Amino acid sequence: MAVPKRRHSSTRGRKRRTHWKLAAPGLHACSHCSSLKQPHRVCPNCGYYDGEEIVVPRSE
Amino acid sequence: MRHRKDHRKLSRTASHRRALLRNLVTALFQYERIETTVAKAKETRRLAERMITFAKRGDLGARRHVARFVTRPEVVRKLFATIAPWYAERSGGYTRILRLGRRLGDAGETAYLELVKTASQKEEALKERIAAAEAKEKALKGATAPRKAKSKTKEEAAPAAAEEERPKRGKKRETEPAVAPGPARKPPKRSVTTG
Repeated sequence: MAVPKRRHSSTRGRKRRTHWKLAAPGLHACSHCSSLKQPHRVCPNCGYYDGEEIVVPRSE
Repeated sequence: MRHRKDHRKLSRTASHRRALLRNLVTALFQYERIETTVAKAKETRRLAERMITFAKRGDLGARRHVARFVTRPEVVRKLFATIAPWYAERSGGYTRILRLGRRLGDAGETAYLELVKTASQKEEALKERIAAAEAKEKALKGATAPRKAKSKTKEEAAPAAAEEERPKRGKKRETEPAVAPGPARKPPKRSVTTG
């Protein structure tokens, strides 16, 4: 069975992981209520999509 | 190689997957809009559109083919009698997926899968919803009136119609505050702690 030949230092692992980064979600203003929302999704604030589609009127 | 393997497995065995998709397709035709995950919606869509195309053909062979897949006979009847005529002029693209965002719990991306409707159909649905809400209000007012027999039948009929249209969340909140403010709740707690 394949097995590591050398000890792997913690620094080495951490250096590799410096490239693991979180990306911010792309957000833009809703065309109806102008709160921030993700593109191509129904607005979680006002429930609108594509102009007039009332989808979720979950107010209060 | 995964060449030309074009469908999602949805983490299920073949029979489980088939059962799930049959149920989703049937639910879509029954309720006209269903909430599910994006992956399931996309898989359901292709089968649902195929069923609508069969329904547009309308002959007995098509009907038998659809009846083998759709789980409920009354939904097959609805598909051929009411849904298929909506799309007589439309060649494909009978359904729409509206992404809703990620749900709490497993962060699965959810979506509405719905049958595409014309503006006039939407207006009618809105009118029906308003009428159902008004009927419910009337029933609530009628419940306080002395005529027991009449108010009872209204109560039973109207909320049933309104419940279908309303999202569950809205309904919960109506009932919860009535229970929550609880000086009535405290006494039993005390009795537990002392006893």
